[in-house]
Amino acid sequence: MTEKKKRKIRLSIPAEEIMRPGNLACQGCGASLAMRYALKALGRNVIFDIPACCWSVIDGPFPYSSIGVPLLHMAFETAASTASGIRAAMKVLGKEDTKVVAWAGDGGTFDIGFQALSGAAERNEDIIYVCYDNEAYMNTGIQRSGATPYGAWTTTTPVKHFKKLPKKDIIEIMAAHRIPYVANVNIAYPEDFIRKFQKAASIRGTKFIHVFSPCPPGWKMKPDDTIKVAKLAVQTRAFPLIEIENGVKYTLNVKVNKPKPIFEYLKLQGRFKHLTEEEVKRIQEDVDSYWEYLMKKVEFSKEYAG
Amino acid sequence: MFKPGKKIEFKSAKEIPLTPTSLGDMTHNYTGSWRNLRPEIDYDRCIDCMICWKFCPEPAIYIENDRPKIDYYFCKGCGICVEECPVKCIAFEEEGK
Amino acid sequence: MKKVLMGNHAISYGATLSRVQVIAAYPITPQTQVVELLSEIVANGELEAEFIKVESEHSAMAACIGASAAGARAFTATSSQGLLLMHEVLHWASRARLPIVMANINRAISPGWTIWTDQNDSLSQRDTGWIQIYAADNQEVLDSIIIGYKVAEKVSLPLMVVLDAFVLSHTYEPVDIPDQDKVDKFLPPYNPKIKLDPEDPHAFGGLTAPNIYMEFQYNHQLAMMEAKKVINEAGKEYGEITGRYYQNLSPYKVDDAEYILITSGTVAKTTNIVVDKLRESGVKIGNLRIRTFRPFPSEEIYEILKDKKKIFVIDRNLSFGNTGIFFQEVKASLYNTDIKVPIFGFVTGLGGRDVTPELIEEIVNYGMKKEKPEEEVIWMGVKK
Ligand SMILES: Cc1ncc(C[n+]2csc(CCOP(=O)(O)OP(=O)(O)O)c2C)c(N)n1
Ligand code: SF4
Ligand code: SF4
Ligand code: SF4
Ligand SMILES: [Mg+2]
Repeated sequence: MTEKKKRKIRLSIPAEEIMRPGNLACQGCGASLAMRYALKALGRNVIFDIPACCWSVIDGPFPYSSIGVPLLHMAFETAASTASGIRAAMKVLGKEDTKVVAWAGDGGTFDIGFQALSGAAERNEDIIYVCYDNEAYMNTGIQRSGATPYGAWTTTTPVKHFKKLPKKDIIEIMAAHRIPYVANVNIAYPEDFIRKFQKAASIRGTKFIHVFSPCPPGWKMKPDDTIKVAKLAVQTRAFPLIEIENGVKYTLNVKVNKPKPIFEYLKLQGRFKHLTEEEVKRIQEDVDSYWEYLMKKVEFSKEYAG
Repeated sequence: MFKPGKKIEFKSAKEIPLTPTSLGDMTHNYTGSWRNLRPEIDYDRCIDCMICWKFCPEPAIYIENDRPKIDYYFCKGCGICVEECPVKCIAFEEEGK
Repeated sequence: MKKVLMGNHAISYGATLSRVQVIAAYPITPQTQVVELLSEIVANGELEAEFIKVESEHSAMAACIGASAAGARAFTATSSQGLLLMHEVLHWASRARLPIVMANINRAISPGWTIWTDQNDSLSQRDTGWIQIYAADNQEVLDSIIIGYKVAEKVSLPLMVVLDAFVLSHTYEPVDIPDQDKVDKFLPPYNPKIKLDPEDPHAFGGLTAPNIYMEFQYNHQLAMMEAKKVINEAGKEYGEITGRYYQNLSPYKVDDAEYILITSGTVAKTTNIVVDKLRESGVKIGNLRIRTFRPFPSEEIYEILKDKKKIFVIDRNLSFGNTGIFFQEVKASLYNTDIKVPIFGFVTGLGGRDVTPELIEEIVNYGMKKEKPEEEVIWMGVKK
């Protein structure tokens, strides 16, 4: 190829990098990629608050920060309440177009911060609440959370007593608050990811975005498998990509006509290594029945919500 | 390339801000030193699809003259780009080989 | 303008006159009227503020922190269990150096369920890094909120105005409501030193290593010490406008006194009556009311106590396993001085039990009779 040859590249996501490298995320961290996309989608006129989670560390120690936008670090259970306060301040100060983003882990969302989140959603605060879900408390060393799925090993659900309870259905819980926008995204689908963040930014009221966010050390997987695992989560129907408007209008964003067996997804992650064939079968059944249930909702909402 | 940043140091309580406040980014922290394996793009085979750029979490891949470039100061060597490149044109070899 | 106000409404007017911009609060007896009146004032458009009706006190304080960090003047009010629930984020607010002002209505802690006054709720927050002012009447409540913002914003620390449940919160007293333009002159709009601003992006409160964490604590302590001066200055400036002067200490007939009662809150008001009565019968006694509990005005206390014979501290609170808390603080602050007189620590009035003039007289009689205290905690009015 000669240097003269004219190239034309087309980027499917915004070119501008707001996030800086040098941050403290582990190799192949899904949460780090999620932040990079979110910033691309939202631009610079935003304010973030981040409660205790991996991102409290990833961002860098004082006097540094990697996200290039204003950020308030806050206590573990306060993502939504702090964001409500920031939002109120922006309103009285006449800066309503500044987006306010609460950026929390699954522990800070499903568990300890849930009350504040539910309250903010009930008040329909004009915020974008993002939960990057790595399915455990990673910052404190991989303990189970309400988002840890059935079957997974964590340090508090050791192999002999792996988690035998299902993950909370956070999307449905948030949809039940009848907020204008609930969506989930996956780092392996950046275009869908960015579209949904931009859509959220264009809507007034509470927006909740659930981010599928693989964590190589916490999931005992190779860092280079991060995207592969994230993709498989969708292709096996374990993590269907949907959005729910006003609590009633369900849309499936990525069709999965020929799903791969769930084993393909599980086998890349050491946290599921101990599962017997029997257990895998059970998980497959759960995935299938949930998918069926969800598709019925999607169908129904077509009639119901148009 | 990502502009390398400066380290900021304080000698006394008189110099610090009111509360811990960021005054710069982390680009003084060369995470390239975390790398065991080094991704290397074979530009002859590269089709400039920018998938590697898209999926690099750091970000440690930038675009220059419409081509992907790896910033070795910051590339942590996770191998995502290697794995995701559709034409498999990124080699992944031991550092210093 | 004079109005007859309950303490809770004095708080609401104080906040309104301070032109607070964000209010986040959660109801609890005996604070509810604060929130109710403020809701009304905001709804009527008499105050340009956002009122966030949060789902808990923890969220109330978190929202105040968010609002203050984003550059707005923030306010909340609570009591007892609510204040205790806030504990974690109270620490956060002060270490984030945010000048939030809150009112806390002193209500005892459960179990058993109680709504009546004592000071253990606010004194449990002693080490959260907040300035604490204990008011003795409704006028002082209103004024302290306004002065509070001036002080808080000057030293970049949050400030708590504390008042007794029911004895103040629900008791009506005539209160002078200062003119808005007078208050505006005294308290200009908030000019934040910390601000979440997309035009000048910074992250606040990130990971802070041992090599620098301590320096932030050192500066926080300096700010607290500075606050001793600032409170007196602001109280004086406010006095020049309104005729009502406030200082860290509120001494009553202490100059020629041989005996000093040390009090706080409304107990001080009752104590003044007892002082007058005892003086009529020739007892040289005075009352030193401590207004500012944090920072603790040790030097000023020393100046008043240095030539006295005996000191009687009345605590409407208790640190289990030790003594009344004001007693501890007074003793500790005098230890390295030349004051070697006996200091008696009385604990009384817990859970809203009345602290009557008779009881205070009993305290004085006890102290006058004994050469020195025979017990660390002298319980008064308890059925042992
Ligand atoms: C009140 C409180 N309890 C516990 C902790 C300790 N803690 C900090 S982060 C964390 C787990 C965070 O988990 P998650 O929200 O899933 O984020 P992740 O670390 O996985 O990114 C815990 C338990 C804390 N900081 N505050
Ligand atoms: S532990 Fe997991 S989520 Fe946390 S920084 Fe590492 S990879 Fe990311
Ligand atoms: S190896 Fe990882 S960090 Fe390095 S360039 Fe590739 S994707 Fe980025
Ligand atoms: S993914 Fe491979 S082909 Fe595509 S731009 Fe990167 S190196 Fe080139
Ligand atoms: Mg987590």
